[in-house]
Amino acid sequence: MHLSAHDRALLSGDLGPAARMAMSIIVRMAEIQGAPELLDISQAHIDSTIYMGEAGLEFAERLAKLGAKVAVPSSLNVSGLDECHWREWSVPEDWASKAQRQMIAYHSMGCVPTWTCAPYQTSMAPKFGQQIAWGESNAIVFANSVIGARTERYPDLLDICAAITARVPALGLHLTENRAGQLLIRLKDVPLAVQQDDAFYSVLGLLLGRLAGQRIPVIDGLEAVPAEDQLKQLGAAAASTGAVALFHIVGVTPEAPTREAAFQGRAPIEAHVITMQQLRDARRELTTAAGTKLDMVVLGSPHFSLAEFRQLAPLLAGKQRHPDVQFLVTTSRIMRDLAGQAGVLETIEAFGARLTVDTCVLATPMLPKSVKVLMTNSGKYAHYAPGLLSTQMVFGSMADCVESAVHGRVVRDESLWQM
Amino acid sequence: MADVTIEGRVIVPGEAEGELLVSNQPLSFWGGYEHQTGEIIDRRHPLSGQIAKGRILAIPNTVGSSTTTAVLLEAVRAGTAPAAILTTSTDSFLALASIVAAEMYNRPIPIVALTAEQFEKLESGAKVAVRKDGTLLLTSQTRSVSS
Repeated sequence: MHLSAHDRALLSGDLGPAARMAMSIIVRMAEIQGAPELLDISQAHIDSTIYMGEAGLEFAERLAKLGAKVAVPSSLNVSGLDECHWREWSVPEDWASKAQRQMIAYHSMGCVPTWTCAPYQTSMAPKFGQQIAWGESNAIVFANSVIGARTERYPDLLDICAAITARVPALGLHLTENRAGQLLIRLKDVPLAVQQDDAFYSVLGLLLGRLAGQRIPVIDGLEAVPAEDQLKQLGAAAASTGAVALFHIVGVTPEAPTREAAFQGRAPIEAHVITMQQLRDARRELTTAAGTKLDMVVLGSPHFSLAEFRQLAPLLAGKQRHPDVQFLVTTSRIMRDLAGQAGVLETIEAFGARLTVDTCVLATPMLPKSVKVLMTNSGKYAHYAPGLLSTQMVFGSMADCVESAVHGRVVRDESLWQM
Repeated sequence: MADVTIEGRVIVPGEAEGELLVSNQPLSFWGGYEHQTGEIIDRRHPLSGQIAKGRILAIPNTVGSSTTTAVLLEAVRAGTAPAAILTTSTDSFLALASIVAAEMYNRPIPIVALTAEQFEKLESGAKVAVRKDGTLLLTSQTRSVSS
């Protein structure tokens, strides 16, 4: 593998022990992956912030103690703690102190404390064609697909090494030829009204991840014009069930003005058709709870955006949640402040909803054991919660979630899905 | 009871012996692997409920969360990681966990990649020895504990 003079300086410790440790990990990965050389990145998103235990904390604190500093603008993913509100929930004291130490370690390296899994909806969103190193599966797929920035699927621990060295293996989705679509996915007889529904994008994403696995799917035949948050849900679900880091939608995403462009003139390796029946089955699978009992509605995976706050507020204006059903929205502190300035938080709080910032129910042990059945409009929450939280899940649209919270039991409008 | 030798491709070298735990379904370790116990906890995965600790885990690749690497590193530290991992592709998430485990704890997890045809010969319950050069020595069992 070819290393530049700067790479070798990093590797030999000329730029300090932290850069040396980071570079040695980057070079070993490049060797394993068979990269001919490294390339420059100009931005990073660090998913290693999520606290899980001693090892991740020891890794972060070792780098910090060695004096690690990021060499490119680097945003931070969700942490393991809402620093302002964790005492209102079931977070153990010991967890809080260690999760906070992990936050401090990454902050000390010069990262920007965005604390969000939706960095693409902040001022740190990358540009089309920009070479970046992003962690967080939903952020990776959004950056590649919707923005057209270029990142591999960077795992935790490698993202920070890339940020410290500003170098990554020159391979995969960093290179134009590897961004061509591989799998053609056509929608068959899916009514426009379904295509315009938020839930459709989570359900489609779930199927997309399973069909695509590690390959690049191209969706053709979408008539609706999806909103940014709908593409966010699509990618988050696809990156949960699959290893999808890039998808194209013909006529929608920037590298797919036409089907030919999406495939870079090549023929698809495989073609699949998605029918309403498959969508119905996939939607049903996202719900694991039987019956209509419900303990909590949770929205905001990926983190709730300002547009989603604006969408939610009129749905619950003038209403009150049922006393037996909690209502939680997870977002970043930045987005909470924007929603506050936009004047929508009063409505949401008047309904009886609560906000958790900088983390989410999957990344911090905040939920009391009494919460056994969760309802969400997020395919990602619905996919991961049964394993991570041992809760039962109900999947519905945002409007279904609000109605269920009002009535104190699961209420879902099935009319769209019977078409 | 036939012994089978498979010449795998070394991703991270190392030696291990143990009982195979095989699935042709990819796995996300975040939401799929409990690092305090080594249990597979993805409730939609065929291996749900199985304990991978100390066993030779064979999955085609990882999917999903980029936190998979961090979960596996926690498992190494806690002593609940698989003894070795077999895949069908060069899985960068698993490779990185093993490299960092070597850096932090001097305990890399051996990782070997197989062809799809080689992978098909694997059966849960069989005993396997993983050698430094990527060779696998399989001892088939008459009794299968495949889930």
